[in-house]
Amino acid sequence: MYAYDELDRTLINERVSEFRDQVKRRLSGELTEDEFKLLRLQNGVYLQLHAYMFRVAIPYGTLSSKQLRRLAHVARRYDRGYGHFTTRQNIQFNWIKLAELPDALADLAEVGIHAMQTSGNNMRNVTSDQWAGVAPGEIEDPRIWSELIRQHTTLHPEFSFLPRKFKIAITASEHDRAAIKIHDIGLRLHRNADGETGFEVLVGGGLGRTPFIAKTIKPFVNGRDVLSYIEAILRVYNQYGRRDNIYKARIKILVHELGIEKFAREVDEEWKQMGDTELRLDRAAIEEVRSRFSYPLYEKLPHMPDELKQAAHDPLFERWRRNSVAPHKVQGYSIVTLSLKPVGGPPGDATAEQMDAVADLADKYSFGEIRVGHEQNLALPHVAKRDLPALFKALDRLGLATPNVNLVTDIIACPGLDYCSLANARSIPIAQELTRRFANHDTAGLIGRLHINISGCINACGHHHVGHIGILGVEKNGEEFYQITIGGRADENAQMGTLIGPAVPYAEVADVVEDIVEAYLALRDRPEELFVDTVKRLGVEPFKERVYATR
Amino acid sequence: MTSPLEQKKIRITGPSVVTANRTWDGAVVYRTAQKGWSTELADAATVGTSDDARVLLAEATADDVGAVGAYVAPVDLKDGGKIQPGNLREHIRAKGVTIDLRVPA
Ligand code: HEM
Ligand code: SF4
Repeated sequence: MYAYDELDRTLINERVSEFRDQVKRRLSGELTEDEFKLLRLQNGVYLQLHAYMFRVAIPYGTLSSKQLRRLAHVARRYDRGYGHFTTRQNIQFNWIKLAELPDALADLAEVGIHAMQTSGNNMRNVTSDQWAGVAPGEIEDPRIWSELIRQHTTLHPEFSFLPRKFKIAITASEHDRAAIKIHDIGLRLHRNADGETGFEVLVGGGLGRTPFIAKTIKPFVNGRDVLSYIEAILRVYNQYGRRDNIYKARIKILVHELGIEKFAREVDEEWKQMGDTELRLDRAAIEEVRSRFSYPLYEKLPHMPDELKQAAHDPLFERWRRNSVAPHKVQGYSIVTLSLKPVGGPPGDATAEQMDAVADLADKYSFGEIRVGHEQNLALPHVAKRDLPALFKALDRLGLATPNVNLVTDIIACPGLDYCSLANARSIPIAQELTRRFANHDTAGLIGRLHINISGCINACGHHHVGHIGILGVEKNGEEFYQITIGGRADENAQMGTLIGPAVPYAEVADVVEDIVEAYLALRDRPEELFVDTVKRLGVEPFKERVYATR
Repeated sequence: MTSPLEQKKIRITGPSVVTANRTWDGAVVYRTAQKGWSTELADAATVGTSDDARVLLAEATADDVGAVGAYVAPVDLKDGGKIQPGNLREHIRAKGVTIDLRVPA
């Protein structure tokens, strides 16, 4: 867990009273919507189809049970009893009244939660691996660095009025769970030959209208220099970035137009000129932040406790354990993923009751800590293996033990036309129908790892470009149509999917996905060959044939 | 469903209303003939020409305290003159989400 210091708390409280005053002036007519819009966006408030939408940051995806209970309270008291976890370690409330927003913000501020940097053209919530600090083989906890960057960039004038929003993600593991290659800046923590820790720096990733995979501009920047290096990148961006055209304003376009070599040279040039600034982190500054992250006092526990041996006879428990429980860096402990993708449910939604219950389970079994991942699921990061059977029973009762993590029904979907004012087409009902089609978890297990991502428009909030199967809502003559891509991926081998053919109507999407999956099952050369690998080996043609032969 | 938020030139091809979100709570509202706002589509003032739509929109936009983001939306009057939403987006705004939520609405 991370303990905010006094400065942060003061800042958060100031923002609440400022916003309370702004809302008051808006409602009295003293401020026009034009004047108010920027102010509300700075506090995470969007206007959507049915109401205001309120986006709250969960820095590096770490929540205490107390914070989660407070989110449940906001859902219950100010909204309609549920919240939606997003792909960027935020939670959104869909039905908030503007007049009550200052109260909601104040309630959240009491537990150190805020909505700064969740919207607007500034540095957004710096995201990280949801298994940070507990994954085996991690170099070190990447959240320390997320926090150092967050502190440096929050409300920093140079970063508050960027040409466009700016997103950074950090990973410290071999396997990238933070999707760093589709962020404006991706940082991969690693050790150089001399044993120093530092970052491989990638820039220019992003999806949306013009998708790009981030490219490496520097294989190694020493950790103590990471702030000045980021600053150098942002200065180059601020200098050249296109403020005149919203579609060309993201850094990915600049990197593409300048070329990665020239961009890297410019950044290096700028960085050299900055010299040995006060941005160089000294050991004490790093240690100060490190010391604010507390880790549980783990017990010395056996690798294979009796409780686990006994429960292994229960096939339902075993199926869940194999799917949702991952190894922990400390012997005798596990990381448990809580699927927010029940069959027939909206992906990523959690009710206030579920949030409260998860907070209680976190207190009982996970040292009061909860994590939020970019796949729109939750995790309990420190569960003793002996407690797994009891935890399974409790989660199952709450509808949070669907054994589908990373399987075909673990769908990432944006809110789409049911909530979003920018949407072309609906996302959630497509996801719901797909989870019904593949409702048999044993079959889904046989299909293996398969990520479906759905976005309701080209803004790509559902990351459809990098879904193993990507579904994008488009509009044709006022009707909902969907383009289907296959072969995308968001991990360390990130790549965009390939379009398989003409868009298909709403009613046919689930059939098409079933066809694609059946084609894969017939084509894979052995059961372990993952869907993406079969697509890589054979290309899209065989899938295309299967889908369009009968359409 | 191209988002109507970027509406520049107003050219309507059928019966239309002006809709927006109420400022204090964000609720979907429709401009009425009495120069007010109503949460009921049935109360909306309907227009049939682009000129009338422009006038209604200008009037609605002027009331920035009452509602925000006003735009012209198509409606359907086929069912005996009863005003129905003219496309899926407006249907969702008028009637709510199309999905089963697991929570009481
Ligand atoms: C309903 C309210 C939402 C609105 C109005 C909205 C709007 C947008 C827009 C306009 C962009 C593109 C910006 C650009 O490329 O410069 C964007 C990007 C993005 N949104 Fe949303 N969004 C919403 C909800 C969500 C949700 C619920 C998620 C997560 C499930 C999400 C995740 C993202 C991500 C990850 C990107 C970046 C995609 C990229 O790499 O380009 N958004 N959003
Ligand atoms: S992808 Fe489009 S439809 Fe989906 S949430 Fe983002 S802006 Fe809305």
